[in-house]
Amino acid sequence: MMNKRKPESTGRKFVKVCSILDRHGRRPSRLVPILQAVQEEYRYLPQEVLTYVATALDVSPARVYGVATFYAHFAIEPKGKHLVRLCDGTACHVKDSIPILDAIRKRLCLDGKRNTTPDMLFTVETVACLGACGLAPVVVIDDQVHGQMTPASAVALIDGVIAKEAQ
Amino acid sequence: MISETLQMASIGPAPKTGRRVVVCAGTGCVAGGAYDVLQAFAQQIKAAGINVVAEFKPEQKPHDLRLHKSGCQGFCQMGPLVTVLPEGILYNKVKVADIAEIVSKTLIAGVVVERLLYVDPATRKRCHGVDDIPFYQQQQRFVLRDCGTIDPESVHEYIHHGGYAAANKAYLQMSPEQIVQEITKSGLRGRGGGGFPTGRKWEAARVQQNAKKYVICNADEGDPGAFMNRSVMEGNPHSVLEGLMIAARAIGADETLIYVRSEYPLAVQRMRQAVIDAQVLGFLGPNAFGAGRPLSCEVMEGAGAFVCGEETAMIASIEGQRGMPRPKPPFPAQSGLWGKPTIINNVETLAHVVRIINDGGDNFRKLGTATSPGTKTFALTGHVANTGLVEVPFGTTLRDVVLNIGGGITNRRGKVTADGFKAVQIGGPSGGCLTRAHLDLPLDYDSLRGVGAMVGSGGLVALNQQTCMVSIARFFMDFTQRESCGKCVLCREGTRQMLALLDDIIEGRATGETLDLLEKLAGAVQKGSLCGLGKTAPNPVLSTMRYFREEYDAHVFHKCCSTGQCKALAKPSIDPIKCKGCTACARKCPVGAISGEKKKPHVIDQTKCIVCGVCADTCKLDAVVGV
Repeated sequence: MMNKRKPESTGRKFVKVCSILDRHGRRPSRLVPILQAVQEEYRYLPQEVLTYVATALDVSPARVYGVATFYAHFAIEPKGKHLVRLCDGTACHVKDSIPILDAIRKRLCLDGKRNTTPDMLFTVETVACLGACGLAPVVVIDDQVHGQMTPASAVALIDGVIAKEAQ
Repeated sequence: MISETLQMASIGPAPKTGRRVVVCAGTGCVAGGAYDVLQAFAQQIKAAGINVVAEFKPEQKPHDLRLHKSGCQGFCQMGPLVTVLPEGILYNKVKVADIAEIVSKTLIAGVVVERLLYVDPATRKRCHGVDDIPFYQQQQRFVLRDCGTIDPESVHEYIHHGGYAAANKAYLQMSPEQIVQEITKSGLRGRGGGGFPTGRKWEAARVQQNAKKYVICNADEGDPGAFMNRSVMEGNPHSVLEGLMIAARAIGADETLIYVRSEYPLAVQRMRQAVIDAQVLGFLGPNAFGAGRPLSCEVMEGAGAFVCGEETAMIASIEGQRGMPRPKPPFPAQSGLWGKPTIINNVETLAHVVRIINDGGDNFRKLGTATSPGTKTFALTGHVANTGLVEVPFGTTLRDVVLNIGGGITNRRGKVTADGFKAVQIGGPSGGCLTRAHLDLPLDYDSLRGVGAMVGSGGLVALNQQTCMVSIARFFMDFTQRESCGKCVLCREGTRQMLALLDDIIEGRATGETLDLLEKLAGAVQKGSLCGLGKTAPNPVLSTMRYFREEYDAHVFHKCCSTGQCKALAKPSIDPIKCKGCTACARKCPVGAISGEKKKPHVIDQTKCIVCGVCADTCKLDAVVGV
């Protein structure tokens, strides 16, 4: 399968991974920071990159996959262009964060277990706590923290992003 | 480097500096637009022709002005906060549009802008600064003392405020034994949750014969609803680093590591900057403090696993493994990271160490109680008027913290009500709840353990009467169930089954047997789990069952959730005494379930009602109950 890819694109892809690996001395003990850097680059952990990392560190792919699936921050599926994170820490939860989540998901037509819109524009996640409890409930859109949200104001933010995308 | 270190130590008490404008740049205030405020200040001050000094200089001229950002000042809800020094005026909820007025009135004419001051909701009094705001007045800020006044990104300012004097003393004037003795004498106990005596932990690692030892700072603050460590790292990162250096000297370690939660990008950035600045000044490096030994520090980001707050799981994570705990002994102090003696201390513990070395262990004991000396920061959140960071001595009562400093319990509209208090959840997913009966309980490690709760890391979530305690228990169970690493069967499967039983209760499928089974299973999970996560996971359930049994019974036997939070069991009704018959709810009801004559109490038809809650949101008299 690898042979079918265009050589340039494959080459470019692994050049970045190689530089990340080199930066961490290709040590298996650095697996977590390596995967963090890879995810920063690709926004998720593509399977072929995980295999490549395993080979480069001389550990089994199972070990790399094990670490990648253990930690909540690692995504093994691609994420949408805009990442919407709803804080569901205790403070946000008791200030009714779940109705906000429901409203956002409804606005983006996400049902069941789906967290990413089919057009790959949005991924909606909940996080345990962002430590901004004084502003509860909190929604973070692409690293921008929005405090004291209501279902209506959160949907308005999403509408804003959609409107910007449409331009 | 030695001369530089000594020169630093010779700096005496802070000389008087010119005027300063401090914009809080903690996560809370940044979300409220603190960076825009800072930028607007910079432009308008320049336009007004005032000389702005960029770097911190002790010899600054009186008419110069220094504009800088600070770490979290703890009063997040009122942000963005702007402090004008030396007067100590605190402006809250400052917007870009307000800057021109602050510059012309306060900075040039020296007049206070009254409308931007904090108004005490209880007395309606305008408060000029932290000294007369009740939220701050009743605190004793020890760890948080400099958070919010100093510039967290300036090592020079930290040094100017007496920073690195303790580490300097520890490296050049004290032996490792003396340091450990001082910490033991202070009675300092770990602030991360367990409350283990820090001196004993250090001594266990100090006596190990090993050329390689490690110190790890546990900054993986995973308890949802707590942000004490974030605030200290954002507000005074060098105090954490200095504590870490002292710990390294005490046990003879040459490598240190700070494991920070990646949900705190600002804390990560400030800690990294602090490490770089300390390297430049020679506090870290091949010859730290000129004491002849190397010392290094690395900042590592976690990857989102609550269990990594547990010592052995954190070590596994640093070693590049799945973060799973292992049995103790051997304790990390004997065999930790890479099999070497390792101590792991919480952020707040390390910040305390600095003050103890500076002021002495005996002085530290003057605050707090006999078995829990010193102060503790609590993250006060939930249904309280003043959410934020609160530092009080151990032994302070719950009433003082929640009702006095917190300013009282708020209802669903955010208004303070006199009889709103229902419970406080303390210690997060490992802790328990405290009720009205515990309001006068002094908060310390031992008293809390006695009532089935724990200090934990310091999360305090206040809950009002409209909160269903069964759903709170379910919330924490859902959290621990997801965060269980899966190693122990009883934790992995037991928490899942407990969650299923709680769902049965909430969705109306439960019988008396469900409650018995839940209790039995809770005991089994406690006994059958290796680490703290599993051992304490059933606590929120057990504690709510102990103090709010009648609520569980109402859910199970009467299929009724009086708060209406459990939708399947909600039975909304209208209080005929409060209802004035304004018809607002009837007009808003999407299914026409509400009827009644004008100016007469309305009623809800249970057969039509879809429990959407619109009526309760609409009613201005809070007459709709149970939804």
